[in-house]
Amino acid sequence: MQLTSIEQDMLTGKHGPATKKAMEILAALGAIYGAEHMVPVTSVQIAGVSYDNLGEAGLSFLSEMADGGGKARVLTTLNPAGMDIENWQALGISPEFAEGQFRVIEAFARMGVVTSCTCTPYLSGNVPHYGEHIAWAESSAVCYANSVIGARTNREGGPSALAAALTGCTPAYGYHLDENRLPRVSVDVRATVSSNDAFGALGKAIGQKLEVAGEKPLVTITGIARASVDNLKSFCASIATYGGAAMFHMAGITPEAAQVAPPERIMIIADEDIAAAHASMNDASSDDVDFVSLGCPHLSIGEIARIAELLKGKRVKKEFWITTARPTRQIADRMGYTAIIEASGAKFAADTCCVVAPIKGRFRALATDSAKACYYAYSKNKFKTVLKPFDDVIAEALR
Amino acid sequence: MAMIWHGRKIYQGNAAGEALVTRMGISFFGGVDPDTGVIVERGHELEGQCISGKVLVFPTGKGSTVGSYTLYRLRRNGKAPSAIINMECETITAVGCIIAEIPCVDRIPIDQLTTGAFVVVQADDENATVEAILGNYEI
Repeated sequence: MQLTSIEQDMLTGKHGPATKKAMEILAALGAIYGAEHMVPVTSVQIAGVSYDNLGEAGLSFLSEMADGGGKARVLTTLNPAGMDIENWQALGISPEFAEGQFRVIEAFARMGVVTSCTCTPYLSGNVPHYGEHIAWAESSAVCYANSVIGARTNREGGPSALAAALTGCTPAYGYHLDENRLPRVSVDVRATVSSNDAFGALGKAIGQKLEVAGEKPLVTITGIARASVDNLKSFCASIATYGGAAMFHMAGITPEAAQVAPPERIMIIADEDIAAAHASMNDASSDDVDFVSLGCPHLSIGEIARIAELLKGKRVKKEFWITTARPTRQIADRMGYTAIIEASGAKFAADTCCVVAPIKGRFRALATDSAKACYYAYSKNKFKTVLKPFDDVIAEALR
Repeated sequence: MAMIWHGRKIYQGNAAGEALVTRMGISFFGGVDPDTGVIVERGHELEGQCISGKVLVFPTGKGSTVGSYTLYRLRRNGKAPSAIINMECETITAVGCIIAEIPCVDRIPIDQLTTGAFVVVQADDENATVEAILGNYEI
């Protein structure tokens, strides 16, 4: 691989031990994937922030990188933490966990990482434009950046995203290159898909059909009449979780989709495929539900306004988490949405979500509108799940 | 009988030790106990065996990207393998070996290696070598 003189200096340690380690990671990845050179990145999103997933090992690595003088060279933001940084006690988080989580946040802050703690950087000030090279972890945001915005990123892991932040570059392979951004299979959706949960079921249906075929090609999705940003963040989270997809083309949405004809090989998704995927995420009944959560990925301010509208003057009967980014919560405060929502007994959980918080063993069944949340509720926390449209999830909390 | 293969250096260093070989992929996150070095993945052919100090030989890694941190934690606990040899190394293992400073070589015909063989890994150059003394050995 061809390195520039500054990249070479980083590799030999002239910019300190943390930058050296970062460049070693990137050079090795570049060699493994056959990259010819590095490409400068303008934005980084780091995953692996929850102390629940990192443990002491991850924390000691991050501390070592901070001690070694690591400093972010480009705008770098963080994935959700395992708790609301300002309101963790109300969510039943132990002081021991909070202490570990604060040390993680502190290590990132020392490296100049913006401790935004959200999985939707594109809603909170870390927004690339079309064609920009970036290095994002967080699979749902990766899919959104490539497919909705048309920026270019591979699916980074925590350490490789940090390495990109500390060096300002990433190896040029995968989704950074034109030839890997072309679709191979068309997916024609012959069904009506309009709510977040249905978009989530669509993501799972596509992911599973491709898995059965034993391949993971980039797909062009046709037949979607309308998709809001909120629908797309749900869909991206689901197809990334169930299909491992880093990118898709969607006719009328993806900028690059207009530049290439849909592939001739067509896979059809019908109403029954979506219904089957939807049913597979409903293994609990309403009577089982003892935990309700909206905000996977993090809620937009429009979604929070809707929650306030439906909860006004009412009392929730179950533990109900509203998970969002801190800045979105602050706008909700100003608009009076927070006061309405908290008066109902529902809890704001900014900076975190039901996927990364340490809640194993606390609940039996989760009601949500998120297909991704259903996956982790089951695999990580052994919860049963109820998947419903957004408004109906709020009704679950009230019944 | 000694055999030598040339492979690709993923992370530098030299190591020698007894090979622990599996034909199955390894998921470090959830699949290996970071405090003991014992493989805990249910149904894995190495389930219950300890990878500490061994030259660990497997085709390729799998599972969550958090697995890189498991290798780092094994190293901090003094339970890391002395080297890793893969058929084809992927991101999780590569990043894990780099941050934990475990010598790692790939593109080695690992089907010719057997558990118990004495293996010498030399990965100081790009063209790394793996030398195996097969069968029973004494040193």
